Amino acid sequence: MASSIFILDLKGKPLIARDYRGDIPLSAIERFMPLLEEREDEEGTSLPVMTENGVTYLHLREKDVYLVALTRKNTNAMTLLQFLHHLSKVFTEYFKTLEEESIRDNFVIIYELLDEMMDYGVPQITEPKILQEYITQESHMLEVTPRPPMAVTNAVSWRSEGISYRKNEVFLDVVESINMLVNPTGNVLSSEIQGAIKMKVYLSGMPELRLGLNDKVMFESTGRSAKGKAVEMEDIRFHQCVRLSKFESDRTISFIPPDGEFELMTYRLNTQLKPLIWCESVVESHRGRVEYMVKAKAQFKSRSTANNVEIIVPVPNDADSPKFKSTIGSVKYAPERSAFVWKIKQFQGGKEALLRAHFGLPSIRDEDPDRRPPISVKFEIPYFTTSGIQVRYLKIVEKSGYQALPWVRYITKNGDYQLRMPEPLTSGASRLPPI
Amino acid sequence: MMNAALQTNFARLQIMKRKVLAALRKGENYELKTELNSEYKERRKEAVRRVIANMTVGKDVSGLFTDVLKNMHTDDLEIKKLIYLYLINYAKTQPDLVILAVNTFVKDAEDTNPLIRALAIRTMGCLHVQEVLDHLSDPLRKCLKDPSPYVRKTAVMCVAKVYDLSPTTAEENGFVEDVRRALSDSNPMVISNAVTVLTEINEMAPGQNVWRLDAKSVPTLLAAVNECVEWGQIAILEALADYTPKTEKEAESICERLLPRLQHANGSVVLTTVRLLLNYEKYVHRADLLSQFTKKMVPPLITLLSSEPEIQYVALRNINIILQRHPKLLSKEIRVFFCKYNDPIYVKYEKLDVLVRICSERNTEPLLNELKEYAREVDVDFVRRAIQAIGRLAIRYESSADKAVKVLVELLQLKVNSVVQDVVVVLRDVFRRYPRNFADVVPTLCEHIDYVNEPDAKAALIWILGEYSEHISNISNLLGTCIESFLEEEDEGVQLALVNSAVKFFLKRPQQGQALVLKALQTATEKCANPDVRDRAYIYWRLLSADPNAARTVALVEMPPVELESANLSAPLLEELVAELGSVASVLQKPSRLFVYKKADKAGVPRDSEMAYTGLDDAEGGAASAGDNGTTGGIDTSNEGEPELLISF
Repeated sequence: MASSIFILDLKGKPLIARDYRGDIPLSAIERFMPLLEEREDEEGTSLPVMTENGVTYLHLREKDVYLVALTRKNTNAMTLLQFLHHLSKVFTEYFKTLEEESIRDNFVIIYELLDEMMDYGVPQITEPKILQEYITQESHMLEVTPRPPMAVTNAVSWRSEGISYRKNEVFLDVVESINMLVNPTGNVLSSEIQGAIKMKVYLSGMPELRLGLNDKVMFESTGRSAKGKAVEMEDIRFHQCVRLSKFESDRTISFIPPDGEFELMTYRLNTQLKPLIWCESVVESHRGRVEYMVKAKAQFKSRSTANNVEIIVPVPNDADSPKFKSTIGSVKYAPERSAFVWKIKQFQGGKEALLRAHFGLPSIRDEDPDRRPPISVKFEIPYFTTSGIQVRYLKIVEKSGYQALPWVRYITKNGDYQLRMPEPLTSGASRLPPI
Repeated sequence: MMNAALQTNFARLQIMKRKVLAALRKGENYELKTELNSEYKERRKEAVRRVIANMTVGKDVSGLFTDVLKNMHTDDLEIKKLIYLYLINYAKTQPDLVILAVNTFVKDAEDTNPLIRALAIRTMGCLHVQEVLDHLSDPLRKCLKDPSPYVRKTAVMCVAKVYDLSPTTAEENGFVEDVRRALSDSNPMVISNAVTVLTEINEMAPGQNVWRLDAKSVPTLLAAVNECVEWGQIAILEALADYTPKTEKEAESICERLLPRLQHANGSVVLTTVRLLLNYEKYVHRADLLSQFTKKMVPPLITLLSSEPEIQYVALRNINIILQRHPKLLSKEIRVFFCKYNDPIYVKYEKLDVLVRICSERNTEPLLNELKEYAREVDVDFVRRAIQAIGRLAIRYESSADKAVKVLVELLQLKVNSVVQDVVVVLRDVFRRYPRNFADVVPTLCEHIDYVNEPDAKAALIWILGEYSEHISNISNLLGTCIESFLEEEDEGVQLALVNSAVKFFLKRPQQGQALVLKALQTATEKCANPDVRDRAYIYWRLLSADPNAARTVALVEMPPVELESANLSAPLLEELVAELGSVASVLQKPSRLFVYKKADKAGVPRDSEMAYTGLDDAEGGAASAGDNGTTGGIDTSNEGEPELLISF
């Protein structure tokens, strides 16, 4: 339960203020910035939940604005923060970006949305697709005034009736992001697959969909011997359109989809993975210079190829005059990120690549040890999933009986992919051959 | 020359511009007034927009009340909404003028379009004006029975607003009864709003038990959960979590029916379901079911860690609480709590706490390696916590002590100033826990003596010197140098440690220590300004000269073993927080009475000094049980005048 919602610019000046309960003076927001600054750490992050004078401030930051909810009760903090994130999603859906300028330009519609999404501080309707049906950016006269779509309060609150397409199609994207943390010796500290099935639905009417995956739990419970590999997903989370009780009872994923793009489900697998792209690095730090050797390896089958690989190697803040040499790809120094970026357009499975880098350092440096951020890697491997998950079928039934075509794509990409750097070698003569 | 001329001109221009702007600003409300009364629709519309824009940035446009109101009767939905917004803002300050708007509201509440009906009811409820209430009753009664569920769900919410303003109006008109009836509405959103409103009303009228969820309504709610939007699900889950099932069978079936909610994409639905399952543990007795429930909680809790950082933070604070109820719940999942380099620092702190909490004897090795990594980051506070965590593990698990000390010594050798301080303090605790195990490390420690410069670390080091004097070849030198600078030390702890260590050294090696101890005691008794230090030194001196054996039993006594201070919440507070998992209290980990003001108290402004007195009292009472989470304890008193004075009475 929120008492009020604010949108502030970076200086803490209100761009939007919506008071729902009138039990906290609006001036209480003036204490937000001081509180934030008081509890801010070096990196400028600060606690999302803060309390002072009987007021709790919950906030998140998007680009150059703060979204803040105020309450004077011991209310559900998780709900309010989730709501703020929904708010940001809805605004982004409406205005493409959520930033100070788009807020200023659209304040009328933002007030309308705030009025619709929350009543008396209680979240109500936050589904952007549905909101867009009756809160639109063009103003309208009363004779054509929209009415609340039936969906607003229906059991199917995410889809309206009467949608119609000439060609009925569904696109499925299975996207797996790899989170990985590896120590300098190549030991995988933690690894996990974050999977998501995203859909683009262009279907008429009120279609019933059923999705079949090679889900190990379902294969086992139905006594079916799995042809090929079955996947054991650890935690599955569904869009609200999926009938959770049905899934709980017999693992079928059945739903009436929203129209257009949405994320049907996410899943997680916590398995010990070999890094798909592994970088071995040697760092030598001498007086006045630092040198790097990075060996990248594509550790997947040669029939797959990683696209748009970016290997981002951090260097000291005060490094200068870079020199690079690499067997493939291109290298650029990015001083604003204190790193150099090695780009490889296409990196075939089983291949190796080598990079050498040389930087100058000022001869007088402060004594403090350098920060040692990890190497991070970006990549995309199309037509490939690490977990082996497969869409077995997608059944589409609509009472009008049309035929619809489902299309499926698979892709694996980096998630939070971090490879820790080794300690720089300092003593003795250089071991790395000169570039 | 040219330049100077240009500059003067430019400056003149600036001044003119400022003057013009000021004139404009002064006249803006006047101008708006004219525009609001324009004969052209578009101009009036633009004027209303500008009024709202000014209101948003905090300018006072209340003077335009009647002019704005004139535009209220319009076909334009956007204008209508904006004017309603204006009314909500200024109704409180101009209650008598609001009455002028009532007619339009009443008319709108009977519009053919449900959107307009709902808008009118919703806005009237927000005006917080007693006079409006009398006019609101009839339309509200109609809207509660409206054919459109959209209007009904809005009307139900309006009852809470009415009750907040005047409980008797709500009761006399039978509105509360209507909301109770709405619990069996055909529409899930009306049901969930009814649940929210009844819960709210219960809170507004404590002890009156306006509503109690009874066994009859439970099946309707369980059915509605499957159908309503995520926020409605949370409301229903919360009500069910506070419900006391009549039979064990009922409790079991509620849990089983709600288990699928753990799969929901909204983290708050997940966490509220966990809260319900934990609350129901006292009603369900079948061990197989209970273990099934806890097992099902684990994956969704971990998935919360892949959400946005703010959600992660709340999740981690709550996981910390859940772990105190179920300490073994996540012991297999230690790696998912490893910190990522770019985690916000507040997430890192929480992860670190959870890591130490769930670490079992088996996985100390990987965790120690991980902590060593954290101790090399740049955030001094985080580094300190990582080093302290290493110490906690060493003290908790004897089998890990060797590895932990090895890690600490490696960190010491980095020769980073702040790291050295923290390591020395932690090493002292570890040495005290295992008095005879780590004598061989002491010489290495002594090599870094020059880096030790903070009082805590110094006192710790001097204590170690005294304790392990027989293992240090150049002990006389080291101790001697310290005693040389006795008077330069300003910290009492360091001085006391010096006196103690000198005495211990002397008792162990009377020959070598004679001169040293004499010097230490002399300096302390004759030149030291601190009476405590002087007294201690006198006692030792007399003891040593009277009966060295007695002194031995005093100074060289085996210390009581170091114990870890408990990081757990007190049992009653834990109960309270588990029961309201996900709440602000669970995030702050302190009871709600410490930060929630009573209804009569004005929140958002510092309380006056009399109030501050009770506030302080509360905070002190709670601080003992709530522990310190690094922020201000209890109610923030920083703005409340001079609290110190009040304490000293």
